[in-house]
Amino acid sequence: MRWLFHFGQYWLFMKRMMTKPEKFSIYWKQFLRECDNFGYGSLGIVALVSVFTGAVITIQTIYNLTNPLIPMYSVGIVARDSIILEFSPTIICLVLAGKIGSSITSEIGTMRVTEQIDALEIMGINSAAYLVLPKITAAMFIFPFVILLSAFLGITGGYLAGTLTGKISSADFIYGLQNNFIPYNVEFALIKSFVFAYIITTVASYHGFHTQGGALEVGKSSTYSVVYSSILILIGDYILTQLLLV
Amino acid sequence: MIELKNISKKLGDREILNNISSVFEKGHVNLVIGGSGSGKTVLMKCMVGLFEIDSGEILYDNRNFSSLDFKARTPFRKEIGMVFQGGALFDSLNVERNVMFPLSMFTDMTYEEKMDRVNFCLNRVNLPNVNNHQPSELSGGMKKRVAIARAIAPNPKYLFCDEPNSGLDPRTSIVIDNLIKEITMEYDITTVINTHDMNSVLEIGDKITYLHQGKKWWEGNAEEILRTDNKELNGFIFASKLAQSIKKHA
Repeated sequence: MRWLFHFGQYWLFMKRMMTKPEKFSIYWKQFLRECDNFGYGSLGIVALVSVFTGAVITIQTIYNLTNPLIPMYSVGIVARDSIILEFSPTIICLVLAGKIGSSITSEIGTMRVTEQIDALEIMGINSAAYLVLPKITAAMFIFPFVILLSAFLGITGGYLAGTLTGKISSADFIYGLQNNFIPYNVEFALIKSFVFAYIITTVASYHGFHTQGGALEVGKSSTYSVVYSSILILIGDYILTQLLLV
Repeated sequence: MIELKNISKKLGDREILNNISSVFEKGHVNLVIGGSGSGKTVLMKCMVGLFEIDSGEILYDNRNFSSLDFKARTPFRKEIGMVFQGGALFDSLNVERNVMFPLSMFTDMTYEEKMDRVNFCLNRVNLPNVNNHQPSELSGGMKKRVAIARAIAPNPKYLFCDEPNSGLDPRTSIVIDNLIKEITMEYDITTVINTHDMNSVLEIGDKITYLHQGKKWWEGNAEEILRTDNKELNGFIFASKLAQSIKKHA
């Protein structure tokens, strides 16, 4: 029944957070700071993972295409759809759950155990709203851009891996990318990134905010936040796919 | 003036505070002393609204604080300054921004007005020229002084300090004690300090409340504490040989 307690506490935490900001200008500055953190701060890892994932998908697809009846340009189709539908929104969000989620939990958890959150409360500031709301809004705003960039880099990685090794011609790959392109798939990826941004930031903030103890507990909370947000991303991925694609 | 009327508080099944009543006067340094686990930190957290009391009343200048919800307490909170044991400075902000924070949040002061106030408060705690330092670059004593500057920046009516001397060397402790005493008298505020620093008790305690096992065991001033025959209080305050010799010569 412990999960039920956390489930209830999580929604009470969400309710407490959704209030009118004490001072909009302060929240706006926080929002911009978090956009910079989550967006610009994640570019390196996102670029690295995307390029290599795209390259691996392309090479593996070529490796598995043994039937001479299947045209070579289908490598481009498979790479494009795998990257846009699954690898960019889901795998990158799992990576970001590790990077951003653990950072949010550590930051808020440390503020909790060093009484910085108590200091905010005593000043009359809604600490949940002040600390968490800018993070959630920033992530939900910036994640779709990050995912678009990831998809672009993934496809570029696939193109480079395929053409530079001579396994597929540039014309075939590009024809495959353009063949039967469904714009809705991009919308679907953006919807997923939007939902996963919410999951990552709220789960991480919840764990940080309810940390009790010291450095050891902050570490444990960070681990829990990454584990639970990853599980919720995978469950959410299945539900969204079932609801929006099938 | 802060008035406590029959405050009781349980955490789980454990009774932390049992029927505590006291009055903390304006313009005085009111000390709450007691051993570890005596309930003084919980009492302070109840007084500032971080914990809810189970029964009793907390009155700020005859205004009932304990019966209000979080939102209704906001006007009260703007009159409260608190110095935490570890300073609780915001790591992401430099010294200047830390002190400016309550002003930015709750006033419509211009940037220049806020800077004037920040510099005034930092000068008041004898910390000029540290505006751009990060909290991690400060010593323990400096952190406490910045925390005091942040607490007094919005001109509070009530100042709470939770063990302001913990972890400080004796000389810095005296500086902090004197600073709090001066600020209390200068701005005529009600100051409540949790401490188990013997020097603070004798030097700045206008009124001393001793908690033992969650109950108010003794109340008096620094003069009276030297002559008390309260067994538990004597055992707590005069535990060291140095303190015993002070009592002998009093």
